[in-house]
Amino acid sequence: MSKQDMNENPQNQHLSASVALDDEQRIRVLSPAMLVFRRFIRNKLAITGTIFIAGMFLFSFVGGWLMPYGESQVFTEYVDMSKDYAGASRNTEYKFTTVDGSDFPMIARSQFVLAINDNSPAFSSQGVDYSLENIGAGFYRISALKEAATAAMIGGKYSIVTAEGVTDPRLKNEFMRAIEEKRDSFESGGTTYIVITQKKNIKACVSRPVAIATLNIFDFASQEADMGFEFRHEAALAYSALMSQAAGVQPFEAGGARYELALEEGMATVYSLSDGARTVYANISEYIVQAVYGDVFLTIDYKNKVKDCINEGIAEFTFADETGEERTYAILRNNEQWTIKWVEETLVTQNYKFPSREHLLGTDGNGMDLLTRIMYGGRVSLIIGFIVVIIETTIGVILGGVAGYFGKAIDNLVMRVVDIFNCIPSLPLIIILGAMMDELRVDPQVRMVLLMLILGILGWPSIARLVRGQILSLREQEFMVAAEASGLSVNRRIFKHLIPNVIPQLIVVCTMSLGNIILTESVLSFLGMGVKFPFASWGNIINAVSNVHVMTNYLFVWIPAGFCILITVLGFNFIGDGLRDAFDPKMKR
Amino acid sequence: MRNYVIKRLLLSVVILLFVALIIYTIMRSIPTSYVESIARQRASLPGSKSYSEWLEQLNKVYNLDVGILEGYVRTLINMVRGDFGDSWHYNVPVTQKFTEVIWFSFVLGAVAFILEIIIAIPLGILSARKQYSKTDYAVTVFALIGISLPTFFFATILKLVFAIKLGWFDLYGTVGRYYFQLSPFGKFLDIAKHYVLPVATLVIISIGSLMRFTRTNMLEVLNSDYIRTARAKGLSEARVINYHAFRNTLIPIVTIIGGTLPSLFSGALITETLFGITGIGKTAYDAMVSADIPFSMFYLVFLAVLTLLGTLISDILYAVVDPRVRVS
Repeated sequence: MSKQDMNENPQNQHLSASVALDDEQRIRVLSPAMLVFRRFIRNKLAITGTIFIAGMFLFSFVGGWLMPYGESQVFTEYVDMSKDYAGASRNTEYKFTTVDGSDFPMIARSQFVLAINDNSPAFSSQGVDYSLENIGAGFYRISALKEAATAAMIGGKYSIVTAEGVTDPRLKNEFMRAIEEKRDSFESGGTTYIVITQKKNIKACVSRPVAIATLNIFDFASQEADMGFEFRHEAALAYSALMSQAAGVQPFEAGGARYELALEEGMATVYSLSDGARTVYANISEYIVQAVYGDVFLTIDYKNKVKDCINEGIAEFTFADETGEERTYAILRNNEQWTIKWVEETLVTQNYKFPSREHLLGTDGNGMDLLTRIMYGGRVSLIIGFIVVIIETTIGVILGGVAGYFGKAIDNLVMRVVDIFNCIPSLPLIIILGAMMDELRVDPQVRMVLLMLILGILGWPSIARLVRGQILSLREQEFMVAAEASGLSVNRRIFKHLIPNVIPQLIVVCTMSLGNIILTESVLSFLGMGVKFPFASWGNIINAVSNVHVMTNYLFVWIPAGFCILITVLGFNFIGDGLRDAFDPKMKR
Repeated sequence: MRNYVIKRLLLSVVILLFVALIIYTIMRSIPTSYVESIARQRASLPGSKSYSEWLEQLNKVYNLDVGILEGYVRTLINMVRGDFGDSWHYNVPVTQKFTEVIWFSFVLGAVAFILEIIIAIPLGILSARKQYSKTDYAVTVFALIGISLPTFFFATILKLVFAIKLGWFDLYGTVGRYYFQLSPFGKFLDIAKHYVLPVATLVIISIGSLMRFTRTNMLEVLNSDYIRTARAKGLSEARVINYHAFRNTLIPIVTIIGGTLPSLFSGALITETLFGITGIGKTAYDAMVSADIPFSMFYLVFLAVLTLLGTLISDILYAVVDPRVRVS
């Protein structure tokens, strides 16, 4: 501006004074660059464009530097969330506990359930016969049967055949008596035999318990407790003995330890009596209470509390956790299922937060600050724009200059190459290459470099064409004849004398193509083929609209980035337009 | 003139051959495992040949078993015969898919193009006649905003305002939900309604350049000596503009418009994809993203042909329309 002021002042002085026509000062001589500059700043649109671009540079480079947040800094927060803690349900499936060392396969378990439904006392599976006994209180004892003798009715009389390896001599007589008395079992030689009638045959079998099945659930006080067959069997017997009374205590023994089963208020609790102390050992109920997380062991007190609440229909209770802190739990009922929820502090990303004091433009789907992203996106777009323009101008000027200066065959060759490059559809080609890079999982940074190279290589023909056309006409002018006459080298003639004369048109075209490149880059990034996450770009910020929900409800996510592209490209176009008018004032009427 | 056209045509064919070679080379160097995955898929069918046999056969069908140059020549011969192979993504011959979808694109492009001409030329002339007036600034700013608007952003705004907030149009597609229950005229209206937003997008985005071009040319014409002469003769301003100036402005405009005609078939990749119009642009985009080499190859060559045709038409038109230009 100072230079301009200096030019302005003499003029003013001189307008006030009366001057002669031949006064030397009357004709103000301005350098061509100054003339262009003056014409440029007189153009309102060009000034607007310059302000846009300057603003964008400040916004992206200085703004990004001033911003306290990083480009891909994720913002998180703690939120109190109601989460599932445990689940409870009334048990409807039989639970099996097998005797150590014996096997009760899955298929036999299914047969057992069928037999229970048929009320039949025996079933067979995979060639093994089983009997089942209801030992009370919903417990079933399952025994595998081994045939000892068979009685077949022949002519109204039973004839008894003993199985191989059975040596008891009294077995036949005892069996016959049992058949006549229609007993279910009999004893002989210290062994109990069970009588089973199968169509016409009657069998006497030795039974050996293999498993205990029940709908009841044992909850143990500690994870190391004895949960084996014997304990459960004895507890079941004690339980069924107690069932006849409303309340009471029944002692039993299992595995050499003494226990006591107590029935209080409909709740059956097993106490361990070892070492003279009476401690809670297990609990029998029809509810399953399980923690959602595998690493949480629910204490028996907690389970009891839950069962109490379910029985009494209480929706909320408090319970002290391991550290003694009281926590509130809520019970939600869904048919025969109960869910126990608690409120837990959870770390979540702050995605799609509306604009606030901390995040002036809100946050995006990854919980990143949008204003920061847009600033860094601006850097990426502007840098890509300038680098691509530098690449395409370099190639274009060299090839165009050479073609224009030498003409003839070289010109023909270069122009055919220009034609070929002109015909290659750039956007589809870059999309294909982008898809390819997706498949190869190319690093985002490498991708960005490749993108610039591809855009530059595909963009040079228009510049080459312009330079060549200008040079073709310029080289015929007198100053070039003078340059040749003074013996300058070809290099010098092209790049020192011809190219500088093309610079005005070149600047206009480059400014316009800066806008175009930024537009192309944003389209590619929008399609996911250009600049990729974690790098920000205006295009990939707008990419969020492929989710219609975001497009409709979170306008702050994509509208600002879109306007940034619009303003930047518009700024470059305004400047380019203004420069063209300034360089070539012929158009002015 | 005839010799000129023939020379240009031959040159175009040579250029096309080179362009096709470049495209073929790029396609060949795509390290896609698509052929292998197809071979694997087919080999896993019951009673099928082994994987390696399938791979060999597929490589042979797609000329992938020979060097790039030989493969190129073979592919070229097939292409000249009109055999572009089967699309891997759509599982039908490429040309069949092309004929299915091209008309959607053509209608879209043509409607937008006609609207563009109707709006851009009068506005360009108006803005040239009143250079540096408020009208001129308004038209210039409007044109430049159109040029500077990213298609996807503008399309999204249109969708948000007209499809979601106002609910006038559907978000996606070429036909509505009840299309098949409508009368023929109703069907036509239904399709037309679905084309409103895409056409609006295309017109606004691409109107700027034609408008600017008209303005620049009109300014040039208005600055020329014959216009000054016409004015000096005392002709009315209307006659100067509408008769003398307009007809001279038409010369470059007709050239440009003629050169644009082939690109009506090239499809609008972004607009079609965003509005779910199954034209050539969207079809090609889906094919390209899924590494469908035969279809992508066809599309790229097709676009190259359209570009060449456009240049050819505009060069020939330039010689035909302007009697001052004589082809040497």
